[in-house]
Amino acid sequence: MTVSAVPSEASSASAAPRGGGVRRSMLRRAAPYLQAGPLALTLLVFLLIPILTIVAVSFWDYDSIRIYPDFVLTNYEELLTSPVTWKTYLNTVKFAALTWGITLVIGFTVAYFLAFHVQSTTWQMVLFLVCTIPFWTSNIIRMISWIPFLGRNGLLNSGLISAGLIDQPLEFLLFSDFAVVLAFVHLYALFMVVPIFNSMMRIDRALVEAARDGGASAAQVVWNVILPLAKPGIAIGSIFVVTLVMGDFITVRLMSGGQSASIGLMIANEISLLQYPAAAANAVVLLAVVLIMVVAMLRIVDIRKEL
Amino acid sequence: MTGTGTRRGLSFYLLAAFFGLFVLFLYGPIATITILSFQGPEGGLTFPMNGVSIHWFRNLFEQQAVGDFGGSFRRSIALGLTVMVLTVLFSLLAGFAFRRRFLGSGALFYLAVASLIVPSILVSLGIGLLFNILGIEPTWYGSALGAHLTWTLPFGLLIVFAIFNRFNPAYEEAARDLGATPWQTVRHVVLPILLPSLIGVGLFGFTLSYDEFARTLMTAGSFNTLPLEIYGMTTNVTTPVLYALGTLTTLFSFTVIGLFLAGVMILRRRRLRRTGAAA
Repeated sequence: MTVSAVPSEASSASAAPRGGGVRRSMLRRAAPYLQAGPLALTLLVFLLIPILTIVAVSFWDYDSIRIYPDFVLTNYEELLTSPVTWKTYLNTVKFAALTWGITLVIGFTVAYFLAFHVQSTTWQMVLFLVCTIPFWTSNIIRMISWIPFLGRNGLLNSGLISAGLIDQPLEFLLFSDFAVVLAFVHLYALFMVVPIFNSMMRIDRALVEAARDGGASAAQVVWNVILPLAKPGIAIGSIFVVTLVMGDFITVRLMSGGQSASIGLMIANEISLLQYPAAAANAVVLLAVVLIMVVAMLRIVDIRKEL
Repeated sequence: MTGTGTRRGLSFYLLAAFFGLFVLFLYGPIATITILSFQGPEGGLTFPMNGVSIHWFRNLFEQQAVGDFGGSFRRSIALGLTVMVLTVLFSLLAGFAFRRRFLGSGALFYLAVASLIVPSILVSLGIGLLFNILGIEPTWYGSALGAHLTWTLPFGLLIVFAIFNRFNPAYEEAARDLGATPWQTVRHVVLPILLPSLIGVGLFGFTLSYDEFARTLMTAGSFNTLPLEIYGMTTNVTTPVLYALGTLTTLFSFTVIGLFLAGVMILRRRRLRRTGAAA
């Protein structure tokens, strides 16, 4: 392409620069597609097509050795008529609800403290970083790190015993539903703190001042001014927490010691038994359930302002 | 911090205490296993400490003791760096594209958001099945790389969106008015302004990939990445060597985060100095 001092494309009458101009305007029109291409291609090949593959395979047949292309509904039939599936869904939803409720309370409180009670921006940044750094470390290590706390001879048990509160170590601490929810809260509270903090930082401080001048108590300000305005952040955090818990298998496996079930774990077990069509049907249903939950949350709160 | 006229009532101290407990909750367990990783050779998985030693760290580097720790660590680093570069590049390019409306922009945006919502095990299973059907051998630098990108790219894209939302187009117009070509505008005006945030995108890319487990499970092929290796250890290792590994990887993560933060801080300071000189 010729580099001309005059940027206008139609300025020259000669053929060569004109050709360049046409090419340049074509390039300009094609530019967004070229720029978005790598992203689109990656998501197409590694997200969309794999999910379509799952949908296709969920109708395939299988035996103990291999899977066959087919169109059967038995995978769904077996899945949806099995009481184990329903019990597992119930258990997974229970995990999601408990984790959601606890992370919401923690996330809101922490974000509220950071956004409205820490006055200096430097301190706000430092404390916010302190909260977010664990997000960038290994989840599995963070789960393992609960063992010395919760084990039979762990810190909590020995602490309670020496305080005279119990005389037998509590067995339910490690490898139980309690441990699973604790680990979920530990891992995912950040996903609540960050979006809620982000929402709160956008709240016009004059609104809070006005409410206070109007005679609102601190609790009323939180409930009637801050909470409604923080809703988009709460929604984003909730979507993260709920979808992460609904699809999890590793936390449930590690922290329950194989004593509790979740849909993700059920899928992972089917995968390890090479029952891919059954796993695929299970995955399709899980995806549908998760999407319905997300749409429901988006119905309640409009998050578009946040993006 | 003072002089704003706000009284620090009881609520401040209650909230500060809550915050302190939260931080303790976040860091307490990892601090505990750091201490326990220095157990003596006879020590167990819980307190009390049975002497102090670096026995378990040495144990970690003996090949036969805990599988292929060195190899999986190298693979995880290589994969993390590749994911980092591609995430920064792809999301920045896409960010430029999204500044204008183009055919399919809405669909692409929803696809990117869906990538965050789709449970990781589906990505893992889907890519595993796809490669299986196509007869391609899954590898950590192929299928696992793609699987990781489905997790890091949406984060990168959302950060780039946030940057461009705050970006003042007047800088670009000024550059153009002064006769800069589009490339010069990007190279000398846009990129330097975006650089600190792009470092943030890189941090997301590297660390999310480095720690990713679920998406790697069915896509890594015959060689383990570090999280897969650690997961394998949790089922058959019952000595503090597990804590030693945890301490080392966490230390490594902290180092990476520290380097990124230092990089951003240096950039910011240099910019302040430069604008200060210009003023």
